[in-house]
Amino acid sequence: MKITGAQALIKALEMEGVEVMFGLPGGCILPAYDPLLDSSIRHILVRHEQGAGHMAEGYAHVTGRPGVAMVTSGPAATNMVTPLCDAYMDSIPMVCITGQVSTTAIGTDAFQECDTVGITRSVTKHNELVMSAQNLPMAVRQAFRVATTGRPGPTLIDVPKDVLQNSMEWYWPTDAEVIDSLPGYRPNTKGHPRMIKEAAKLILAAERPILYVGGGILKARAAGALRELAEMTDIHVVTTLMARGAFPDDHPLCLGMPGMHGNATAITALQRSDLLITLGARFDDRITGKVSTFAPDAKVIHVDIDPAEQGKVRKPDVPIVGDCRLVIEELIKAIRDLLEGGATQSDIGAWKSRISGWREQFPLSYEASEPGEALKPQFCLEQLRDSAPEGTILVSGVGQHQMWSSQYWRFNEPYTWVNSGGLGTMGFSIPAAIGAKVGRPDRTVWAIDGDGCFQMTAQELVTASVERIPIKVGILNNSYLGMVRQWQEMFYDERYSEVYLSPELPDFVKWAEAMGCVGIRVDSPEEVQPAIDKANSIDDRPVVVDFRVDAREKVFPMVPAGMGNDDLILPDSQMVRKSALK
Amino acid sequence: MTTDINHHILSVLVQNRPGVLARVAGLFARRDYNIFSLAVAPAEEPGFSRITIVVDVDSSPLEQITKQLFKLIEVVKISELDPRRSVERELLLATIRVSPENRSQIVELATIFEGKILAVGVEAITISLDGHPDKLDDFEELLAGYGIVELQRTGRVALPKLDREARLRAANSNTKKSDYGKAG
Repeated sequence: MKITGAQALIKALEMEGVEVMFGLPGGCILPAYDPLLDSSIRHILVRHEQGAGHMAEGYAHVTGRPGVAMVTSGPAATNMVTPLCDAYMDSIPMVCITGQVSTTAIGTDAFQECDTVGITRSVTKHNELVMSAQNLPMAVRQAFRVATTGRPGPTLIDVPKDVLQNSMEWYWPTDAEVIDSLPGYRPNTKGHPRMIKEAAKLILAAERPILYVGGGILKARAAGALRELAEMTDIHVVTTLMARGAFPDDHPLCLGMPGMHGNATAITALQRSDLLITLGARFDDRITGKVSTFAPDAKVIHVDIDPAEQGKVRKPDVPIVGDCRLVIEELIKAIRDLLEGGATQSDIGAWKSRISGWREQFPLSYEASEPGEALKPQFCLEQLRDSAPEGTILVSGVGQHQMWSSQYWRFNEPYTWVNSGGLGTMGFSIPAAIGAKVGRPDRTVWAIDGDGCFQMTAQELVTASVERIPIKVGILNNSYLGMVRQWQEMFYDERYSEVYLSPELPDFVKWAEAMGCVGIRVDSPEEVQPAIDKANSIDDRPVVVDFRVDAREKVFPMVPAGMGNDDLILPDSQMVRKSALK
Repeated sequence: MTTDINHHILSVLVQNRPGVLARVAGLFARRDYNIFSLAVAPAEEPGFSRITIVVDVDSSPLEQITKQLFKLIEVVKISELDPRRSVERELLLATIRVSPENRSQIVELATIFEGKILAVGVEAITISLDGHPDKLDDFEELLAGYGIVELQRTGRVALPKLDREARLRAANSNTKKSDYGKAG
């Protein structure tokens, strides 16, 4: 059957099970938008290509399926660089299709030509310029295979206009053909049995073990297996920023988030541990602080599907390359075998009581505002959390509001937290929340944003209104680039340089209304609950709540950049008893 | 081009596809690894090329470099070649300034090193020499005294040395290579 390259591209996407794609057409990709009219695939027309990329990410975060974005060449492709890099850093499966100038014009500096594969090479897991219509089905299959297997990540297919217009003889490569076409790509999912046995022995012998779990748990759909392992061994779990929700916050073994703005107990439990059972985490600098002082007495078991993560930052005693779920399942079996063979687990009672001592003495805290005082951002989050319908998905931008969101929310279910962890992309939340809502229309989706972030991508709320994607946005508006302000206050002698945004401009309520949303402004603590109730009751359009919060509020605890985790700064009220964190 | 203790030879088999060299070079630049020399040519199997990279592992551990390289989809196999157990060759071309007095000295030097005289001019002479990179180093040092007009070396290529058993057995026996696990 002869069809055009464009028809083959859309058909291939359908064959891959794509239900929705996010995009914006333009010159070179035009041919692909014609067969899209006759396709089962829903297309969401964005207002800026960056939005399409983050929407695809948000969709992938909550569904586990690859997000798909399609844009044209040149500036559209360069606008896609940020989401690609974001997805690469956070291992998000995503397939991006870009238009390219015709093969005959490549290299001539044609209108809207850019070296898309060159520009995106270091921010994709793989990319490819497809030079013949006949190769399109294979290129699509390869892109999906590479994006979704092993350590997931973004892939990009760059398609010249004439390749879309030319005709080809339709075929659909078999799985075997796809695998054969990628001889250098053989992800290893099963951990080495000897290493797994070694890990099981270390776990039983440890006196101060901690499960240090990262986003890999979510990618591997391993939350259930993790819970079984934690409960079986009675070992506490810390969940990194990328793993919030991978282990329920209301579980007695959950210590929450470690790292630069983690809670004191999670940070200290890593620090004093004698065994880090590292599952799908990568010893990011935001977790370790100064590496040479990180968890000095700990042996390390490191489970990761990416061999390059082994020993990149911290040399593991037991490296295990494999899929977290498969490895944890094998680990559980290995521990069970050892126990049945007469081995016993070391007494971890003393360690556990130290941990509960820290938890009692160092809870997350902030000073509640007195009547008449400015609204506290943490208070807004607590109210939002307590009023959130079951299964609410929380999406955040980047900065103080992101850290407070992770700290004050209670994530009891996997895939209910979406954020930009590795790249720290301001402006992520609104488009990502739209993508999340498209992926899970049955869930309430709250985007928590800062006023700085909001102004980077707010125009996608027009997309949300037009496409009837009723997300809710809470802006923690302190009229500052808050996190930068915090650093300038603490580390630059309160010399505030270029961090003050206007408290008057923009008028967020009017702006929201102009984009077809309901806008609500909240100035005082009494107004918080009614505004949240109203927002939660609206389901036919997006809602924006502008919470006017105290600009002086800082995120604590904090491990200053470049310092060790023992140098953490606690809230003033807890600083006096810091010596108890031993 | 003296071989340094921190230099390691990686023989990298890649799918011969557009942009593969850019990917390899880009990865080294992006992760702050140093390439000391690089040679690329089609390998024995159609559709594949072999890249011989001499890396300077002063900056990063070799293990990280190979693991990151392996994550490139087109990289099919990486062998780290131990200089003691591999054969290495390189080619040198040099144009040397000569005078009627010292021309014969240079020709003699080239003969001793088993080099070839490619062109002789009134004031210059062009020589080619292939061999182990150490031999080329020595030759280059000796030539320097005469005045080098231009000199170009190819960068080394290397293959694992056949061990004694393999050498004496019939053809088609496999050589041993230190392979790394495939990346995800």
